[in-house]
Amino acid sequence: MLGHRRLVVRLLLVVVAMFGFGYALVPLYDVFCKVTGINGKTAKTASEVSMATDEQRIVTVEFISYVPQGLNWKFGPKVNRVKVHPGETLQVDFSASNFTARRGTVQAVPSVSPGLAANHLKKVSCFCFEQQTLAPGEQQDMPLFFYVAPELPEDINTLTLAYTLFAVEGAELNESETAQTRADGEVSNDAAL
Amino acid sequence: MSTISDVHSDHEEHHHAPRGLMRWVLTTNHKDIGSMYLWFSFAMFIVGGAMAMIIRAELFQPGLQLVEPNFFNQMTTVHGLIMVFGAVMPAFTGLANWLVPMMIGAPDMALPRMNNWSFWILPFAFSILLASLFMEGGGPNFGWTFYAPLSTKYSPDSTALFVFAIHIMGISSIMGAINVIVTIMNLRAPGMTYMKLPLFVWTWFITAFLLIAVMPVLAGAVTMVLTDKYFGTSFFDAAGGGDPVLFQHIFWFFGHPEVYIMILPSFGIISAIVPAFSRKPLFGYSSMVYATASIAGLSFVVWAHHMFTTGMPVEAELFFMFCTMLISVPTGVKVFNWVATMWKGSLTFETPMLFAIAFIVLFTIGGFSGLMLAITPVDFQYHDTYFVVAHFHYVLVTGAIFSIMAAAYYWLPKWSGRMYDEGLGRLHFWCSLVSVNVLFFPMHFLGLGGMPRRIPDYALQFADVNAIVSIGGFAFGLSQFIFLYLVIKCIRSGEPAPAKPWEGAEGLEWDNLPSPAPYHSFTTPPEIK
Repeated sequence: MLGHRRLVVRLLLVVVAMFGFGYALVPLYDVFCKVTGINGKTAKTASEVSMATDEQRIVTVEFISYVPQGLNWKFGPKVNRVKVHPGETLQVDFSASNFTARRGTVQAVPSVSPGLAANHLKKVSCFCFEQQTLAPGEQQDMPLFFYVAPELPEDINTLTLAYTLFAVEGAELNESETAQTRADGEVSNDAAL
Repeated sequence: MSTISDVHSDHEEHHHAPRGLMRWVLTTNHKDIGSMYLWFSFAMFIVGGAMAMIIRAELFQPGLQLVEPNFFNQMTTVHGLIMVFGAVMPAFTGLANWLVPMMIGAPDMALPRMNNWSFWILPFAFSILLASLFMEGGGPNFGWTFYAPLSTKYSPDSTALFVFAIHIMGISSIMGAINVIVTIMNLRAPGMTYMKLPLFVWTWFITAFLLIAVMPVLAGAVTMVLTDKYFGTSFFDAAGGGDPVLFQHIFWFFGHPEVYIMILPSFGIISAIVPAFSRKPLFGYSSMVYATASIAGLSFVVWAHHMFTTGMPVEAELFFMFCTMLISVPTGVKVFNWVATMWKGSLTFETPMLFAIAFIVLFTIGGFSGLMLAITPVDFQYHDTYFVVAHFHYVLVTGAIFSIMAAAYYWLPKWSGRMYDEGLGRLHFWCSLVSVNVLFFPMHFLGLGGMPRRIPDYALQFADVNAIVSIGGFAFGLSQFIFLYLVIKCIRSGEPAPAKPWEGAEGLEWDNLPSPAPYHSFTTPPEIK
């Protein structure tokens, strides 16, 4: 039998370890999702170009975008949905506008739904691989070249690619400083142009 | 075989303790602390119940009648938090404080000063939580499950208070659990081997391990919410590379063991009361112990059955579905053992037994609706409807709360040295039983009909059933004042109770201690037969 003190110390170690485990779940979750490819996160590097096209099949790809509350940027795709054959490479342009009074840097963070399709959405080149810096009032078109891998599971016919804008620097979430550039009214968050 | 003892039931046993308020502030006595836990939990039961009354009053008729939707959301949130962390968990800790040392022949809890702390930080936690309701922008309104981003991006400014309140409640539970584990491992009387422990002690022992395993995870989850909201981290924010679904995984990794924390001690209580009033030993003692341990073990691998609709892959949904259904096996073992204990027993139906039998029947109904929810394909229909509300209120109200009521009636003579009024006890039971079913049973049909939970308004076709549910709710709430009156009457003017008022009761607290149990019991360890 352990004395009170040693037993309490051991139990406290369990408590500390479990607190750590709660935090360890964060990277574990990422690793697990990456290995199994179920989380809708796409690769952060460019894919090989497409070699074969499956003319028999048509898949719908939808685009949506989110701008965080309080960030006075506009960001969205120029088309909301496209129909593609698996393997066929397409260009879709996204547009970003900086309505704030200062230079800002953002990065678009992608996510694909359903999650299982994420590994089958191949980006040959994407603005989301790097950060975008825009001067005050600047507008910029940003291309995405992608194809859907022919290995996409049979039961998936529609994929949704969502981009969430992340303010890296100079694009602090501050409503008050941006009031002067808001002559064109409220900037909508869904930003589907 | 009621024991005739020449023990005097006077109150002079208290002469060691300081008097007045400081007695309660400074006490390290497990019986004092147990009583404080129990009274505190009853007070929180009334406060949380009052919030439920506001919810039911608003839902009495369709349309917005009494409160703003935001306030309604605060009521559902704080009702849940108070009932889980303020009513059920402290009640069990109070029972453990009173009963564990007496049941294992120990003089007190192993860590009496920490025991004092673990109680006395609780009133502060709940003061903070309740005070947040009066802050500008209101209190927590994101549901007791505080899913991100509701609790991060869209939460009121008072969220930090909610987080700190949860931290304090967690610390209190962890200290209480450590105390129970050390007491049981180190302070058993000589000869009290593990497989002789009363089942209440066993179930609490296992519960305490669940507590130290998952309360720190909850503390981590609320801390992540805190840093996401106030310090710019992105654990749950997709824009920063996080994932809101991750929140649900972390929360339910805590949350599912948590629901067993709230029911395993009930199993121990029922396993004490059913044999006493059946005048037969408990059927299948060792299988009860193993069943409890396997339920606790399985509770760590079923969490995602709360998340079937988040878009998990089918393989994961099947895994969690089958693991969840597996839990019904050890739970079924328990229910069969209780029924087998009653089989051919010479039963009497005093109030503790009435509550215990109601527990077995109604908890089983809650278990079955849980099985229905575990079936992935149909869960998509039931998810976030009143069917879920009906399910967890059957397991928590007619399960956990009814078992706590049963325990209070059963051990009240031992605690107070006086008998309660049996007529009033039965009145309380029958009022509670009828009203609780009027309250929760129709919710199953509301849910199957598609009424969503946590919404202050609803479609017109649900109006009549909601009115009936609300009437049941008001009646159940009022019935609990019978219990309060009964307890006060018992303590003040009940008939003196013998050492063993229940003919079939077994255990050290009945056989070796007078009623009321003296302030210091088992200063020399009892002999274990």
